[in-house]
Amino acid sequence: MEEDRGEVILFRVAGALLALLALTVGLSFADLGRFSFAVALTVAAAKALLVAYYFMELDESVDAVRFMAAAGLVWLGLLLAGTLTDLITRR
Amino acid sequence: MEPLDYLHDGDTVSSWLLTTDHKRIGLLYLFSITFFFFIGGFAALLMRLELLTPAGHLVQAETYNKLFTMHGVTMVFFFLIPSIPSVLGNFILPLMIGADDMAFPRMNLLSWYLFMAGGFFALSAMILGGVDTGWTFYAPYSSVYSNTRVITMAVGIIIAGFSSIFTGLNFIATIHRLRAPGLTWSRLPLFVWSLYATSLIFVLGTPVLTMSLVLIALERLFGIGVFNPALGGDPLLFQHLFWFYSHPAVYIMILPSMGVVSEIIPCFARKRIFGYGFIAGSSLAIALLGFLVWGHHMFVSGQSLYAGLVFSLFSFLVAIPSGVKVFNWIATLHKGRIYLRTPMIYALGFIGLFTIGGLTGLMLAALGLDAHVHDTYFIIAHFHYIMVGGAVMGYLGGIHFWWPKITGRLYSDFWGRVSAVVVFIGFNLTFFPQFLLGYLGMPRRFYHYPPEFQVLNVLSTAGASILGVGYLIPLVYLAWSLKYGRKAGPNPWKATGLEWTTASPPPKENFTQIPLVDSGPYRYEGEEVAFD
Amino acid sequence: MTDASAASPPFTDREQQREAARIGMWVFLTTEVMFFGALFLVYFYDQHIFHDAFASAGGRTDLGLGAGNTAVLLLSSLTMALAVRAAKQGRDRALFGRLLLTMILGSAFLALKGLEYARHIHEGLLPGASFVYEPAALARPAELFFYLYFVMTGLHAVHMLVGLAWLAVLAVRARGADGRVDLGTPAEVAGLYWHFIDVVWIFLFPMFYLVRGH
Repeated sequence: MEEDRGEVILFRVAGALLALLALTVGLSFADLGRFSFAVALTVAAAKALLVAYYFMELDESVDAVRFMAAAGLVWLGLLLAGTLTDLITRR
Repeated sequence: MEPLDYLHDGDTVSSWLLTTDHKRIGLLYLFSITFFFFIGGFAALLMRLELLTPAGHLVQAETYNKLFTMHGVTMVFFFLIPSIPSVLGNFILPLMIGADDMAFPRMNLLSWYLFMAGGFFALSAMILGGVDTGWTFYAPYSSVYSNTRVITMAVGIIIAGFSSIFTGLNFIATIHRLRAPGLTWSRLPLFVWSLYATSLIFVLGTPVLTMSLVLIALERLFGIGVFNPALGGDPLLFQHLFWFYSHPAVYIMILPSMGVVSEIIPCFARKRIFGYGFIAGSSLAIALLGFLVWGHHMFVSGQSLYAGLVFSLFSFLVAIPSGVKVFNWIATLHKGRIYLRTPMIYALGFIGLFTIGGLTGLMLAALGLDAHVHDTYFIIAHFHYIMVGGAVMGYLGGIHFWWPKITGRLYSDFWGRVSAVVVFIGFNLTFFPQFLLGYLGMPRRFYHYPPEFQVLNVLSTAGASILGVGYLIPLVYLAWSLKYGRKAGPNPWKATGLEWTTASPPPKENFTQIPLVDSGPYRYEGEEVAFD
Repeated sequence: MTDASAASPPFTDREQQREAARIGMWVFLTTEVMFFGALFLVYFYDQHIFHDAFASAGGRTDLGLGAGNTAVLLLSSLTMALAVRAAKQGRDRALFGRLLLTMILGSAFLALKGLEYARHIHEGLLPGASFVYEPAALARPAELFFYLYFVMTGLHAVHMLVGLAWLAVLAVRARGADGRVDLGTPAEVAGLYWHFIDVVWIFLFPMFYLVRGH
């Protein structure tokens, strides 16, 4: 049924999220040196995207909504980029 | 039977204090921000009196610090930021797009109460002894060493910030979803575009200010060193967080004013606006670029040179869309049929003064020059040219343009023009000498100064007195008009725009029929016209 | 299923109202991104400066509890998404049940969090006068780490509490609705908020539990 198919996708996404959780926990035990934090954040970003796209229905939303969602991330990126650029380039 | 207008539709106290009518909420804000304007103005008066003489005679140094803090906080957070959006935006926006109200009317009322609650805390901070950190709250002075009511004041600003956020949210949802049939984005009046861009800044910037003040409060309370260098913290982190909002905040203050000018000029030049798309786009460009320049407040703070270069470059770039607007307004005026009514005087004054303020901003974007004049009166003159010569003039122009719509009364245009001219003269006399003072080296936020600066300071104080008179005169003739002014028809200025198609003052539900839009804005034909 | 209520003014039709509510909530979530984001900046800033101390302090959080809590929250997002689907299809009994499940999972999260806080306080990791840390050379930045931990997870927990209250109200409405009132939009809006809080935690988890020295 149409209803059930829609719900099946949600269960699949949940499964993927738990798998990614296991992955990130496992990777935290591997010695990735300087990259371990970046890797963990990347997996987190993947999880966040799944939640946003499927649970928060961005896949079916109008452009205005997607723009607002993206804008939040971009603006946070601006705050981080500008400030951390200063921090990293100080002598 | 004509429906009652919104002013008379319900006359109990609770019908005003519990209203969800955007028009009444706009008026509630009008009273509130006017109150705060005079508080901030009073602080400025005391400061200018103190600065009449080189040695400090009127107030002590600590008191002076509290005065400039009170002036900055009140004027920025409790007057300028809400002024046009919360008063004129709330009132006019739904009318301009043919809607019956904002998307979330109860949230609108909540915004006003949050503003009042924030104002209550800010006033309490002042009454309980004041704050001496400057409106910029730099750490670690604000977070560790100051012995004044920092947390109380911070709480006030935090609460008022939520008022801004909800206003911006409301505007965005309203503009997206409540436009009348046929009113496409490319037919929107430019005031709406400017409010949209402003709302983006409200929602994207204000939360960061909120958090930066929360962190200051927590540092004061718990002594953890986020900003305190003695405990391993970094004062620059506070400055980044603070200016990330507070720079775009200045665009919150100027964009709506520019929107008002874009409404006034076509009407009083009887000509279509030149470059509609460019003006609309420039509002968005300013909102975006405005978030990329905050480090120009930190050129000499210890910020890296590389970051300074990047922020300097973007500061030059952000001037471009502003310049685009100025040129488009001038092109609109060219060969227009000019009527020098009060709103037009304010709009023309805006263009001149904003240009001066903006050009001096370009000077400050240059690292070398900024290093020389940072923390001097040059900076003060620069931002007052924009904030007062620009934003406040635009606000007053908007008040005078839409006054007949809001109150159903016409004011004396003679007195309107007189006070606009008095404001213009008083303003320039107050602040132009300050450019000279700053360039000659007089530092800001000092209650005394070397004797050689006295003449310019006296001129500035004289100008401030004239400016003050210029602000008081409208209180008189506008109040007088409420009782004795001629009644206004729906469209006294023969202006285009949906707000002028309904009665003055409008009925509670704005329109008796849903308007249908079939053409773009500013359909002026250059005809000779008789205003009411 | 009939709509008992027409669109409420100033809206003229329900779809318009739905869209406006959706836009409104996403705008609000964007403000929350910037609100939490400021704290994320403080964390990244200080982590850059005090890299070793943060790695050391990060080893003092309980990975098992953190991962377990993350799983609980992810599952609660699943049940919430299922609840929203039920609401949109007018299946108010299913909506009620799924909301209840979500609330149970959310409460479990908060209970585990409370347990964690108690443990940390017991171990002297609450910033302030009672803070103790070995090695002493890293104590100040480690205190900073835990200050950020308590502030950020605490703020997150406050948002969870608000979310639980919101879901409780929605659940009560679902109980009494019986298919007569369209709860699709209220559920969707509550769902967006709930998922957002989940997303915040998705980032807090690596920041406070997966930054460990090797």
